[in-house]
Amino acid sequence: MTTTTAAPAAAKLKAPRRRKSKLGWNVIGILVFVVVGFPVYWMLNTAFKPAKDAIDPNPHFFPRTFTLANFDRALNISDFWGPIGRSAIVSLSVVAIGLVVGLLAALAISRFAFRGRKIVIVGILAVQMVPLVAMIIPVFLLLNDLGQYDQLTGLIITYLTFILPFTVWTLRGFIVNIPKELEEAAMVDGCTKTGAFIRVVFPLLAPGMVATSVYGFIQAWNEYLYALMLLSQQKQTATVWLSTFTTQHGTEYAPMMAGSTMMAVPVVILFLLVQRKMAAGLTAGAVKG
Amino acid sequence: MSAAETTTAKVPPQRRSPSPDSGTRGPGKKGKKGKKGVSTSAAVPWALLAPCLLVLALVLGYPLYRLVRLSFEKFGQSQLWGFQPTKSVGFDNFSTVLGDSEFWHVVVRTIVFALSAVVLTMVLGMLIALLLQRVSGWVKTLINIALVASWGMPIIVAVTIFKWMFDSQYGVFNYVLSKIPGVDFNGHNWFASGTQGLAVIMILVVWGAVPFVVITINAGLTQVPKELEEAARLDGAGGWGVFRHVTLPILKPILVMLATLSVIWDMGVFPQVFVMRNGHPEAEFQLLTTYSYEKAFVVNDYSQGSAIALITVLLLLGVVAVYMRQMLKIGDVE
Repeated sequence: MTTTTAAPAAAKLKAPRRRKSKLGWNVIGILVFVVVGFPVYWMLNTAFKPAKDAIDPNPHFFPRTFTLANFDRALNISDFWGPIGRSAIVSLSVVAIGLVVGLLAALAISRFAFRGRKIVIVGILAVQMVPLVAMIIPVFLLLNDLGQYDQLTGLIITYLTFILPFTVWTLRGFIVNIPKELEEAAMVDGCTKTGAFIRVVFPLLAPGMVATSVYGFIQAWNEYLYALMLLSQQKQTATVWLSTFTTQHGTEYAPMMAGSTMMAVPVVILFLLVQRKMAAGLTAGAVKG
Repeated sequence: MSAAETTTAKVPPQRRSPSPDSGTRGPGKKGKKGKKGVSTSAAVPWALLAPCLLVLALVLGYPLYRLVRLSFEKFGQSQLWGFQPTKSVGFDNFSTVLGDSEFWHVVVRTIVFALSAVVLTMVLGMLIALLLQRVSGWVKTLINIALVASWGMPIIVAVTIFKWMFDSQYGVFNYVLSKIPGVDFNGHNWFASGTQGLAVIMILVVWGAVPFVVITINAGLTQVPKELEEAARLDGAGGWGVFRHVTLPILKPILVMLATLSVIWDMGVFPQVFVMRNGHPEAEFQLLTTYSYEKAFVVNDYSQGSAIALITVLLLLGVVAVYMRQMLKIGDVE
């Protein structure tokens, strides 16, 4: 913030006018809040309503009775913990592999100058551009050939297509932000290059690694298409599980919203925790650079 | 969709690293110059990169190669089960696809859909980001909470919620619309026509995409030097003038990045259409992605599906070229 000495006086002079003009903006702001937040509110509102109130042609905007019956139904409509468990296994494994392999690669492109570095960077950026849907046919055939169709390991391997480039690129950003001078100082004090990295850079990188992991976890957790295509119904993951509420006889919306709530709330909370760090990393330097 | 989220994290560095060389040599080696020092250290980065490149070659390189090959072959159910050998058919798949008027309808529909969604996302994102600078702190917090909640919402959950809100009989949207005097939307089925249905899907896509745009532009706006704006004001520029001549040019790299990413994501919209239409999108709902999926897995013509997927990738390549230049600039590659 840059404050000139004249600013406070000017602010005092303008204060009443400014407050008045802020009121208008605030009203628009609250409108934006309501519109953007409404779908989330409507999910929660429906989830806690008795199912028969949910399918009322005159819906109530504020719940009159709270019930947890929808959650009970959602947990029992079909196996719930199975898909959740499988989603967790897949997401955690992908993140773990991505983090180890990605960190090494990120180190290479951020701390070393070597011939071919530019090509590697361009390559890692470029592969992120290939839409997953375009890859589904050959990936399906590949897993089929490898005998990995309908296997969690097969799904984990395919998820690396989008987790790995993302991890490398994000970690690279976090590493570049750690001044090289710190490492060099440690080396002057007698550390080896590896030692300097482990003692100096690694601890500073930890928050970035946590943010990257959480972000990657959420992406893997939310993936739908591959999970749908590469696993049979007995092995479905959480995102595919959500469709069990829709049958030929219609959709059970109230329990479905309860199911959605259970799937979304943990993810949103995780996301809230790391998004500030990620958003900072995403944009820092984009203007000045 | 997750393909979309894949690309969210382009992290430009906060500062320029002094020079790419300085890190490779320890203080002891400082005096040494020449090719020998470089070539001995070159083994280390490649060793570090090896696992990553191997994995990517397996999970991305090979499937991509297979995609290209498939699109020049005849590959259906019987080839999948190994009853018949695959055989090369040259450009047959492409000429079949390109000769189909249905395909061209899908291409036009996809481009119109993606472009409208991108324009809508960018404009709304910019307006909300500018609004955030003008509201009181508590309103800003409220909007931010709503934005992050919709950003973090899994796409499948978002699709489910929108399906519910736009339900013909019990949907809250019809109910609210019908409250407007003289308007009756009771029982209106939004998915009876492709145009209206895709409009609903577009609202869903834009709702999910705006938060990222707002938060990114907002971070960019904080980097616009106040002095520049004040100087422009002193020179007699109005609010629009300052925005047009000071803010926009400074934000341009961010805007180009956001627009390109949005094009890539919105061309890749899949679960939104697929799940919204219960896994069987009608003809007038087909976008390139669902069309390729249908050809491959419903009609069981994997090679035609691949040809369509490959055409989609080529279409995107033009957009990506612009984006890559921007990323190379921001990413301080050299």
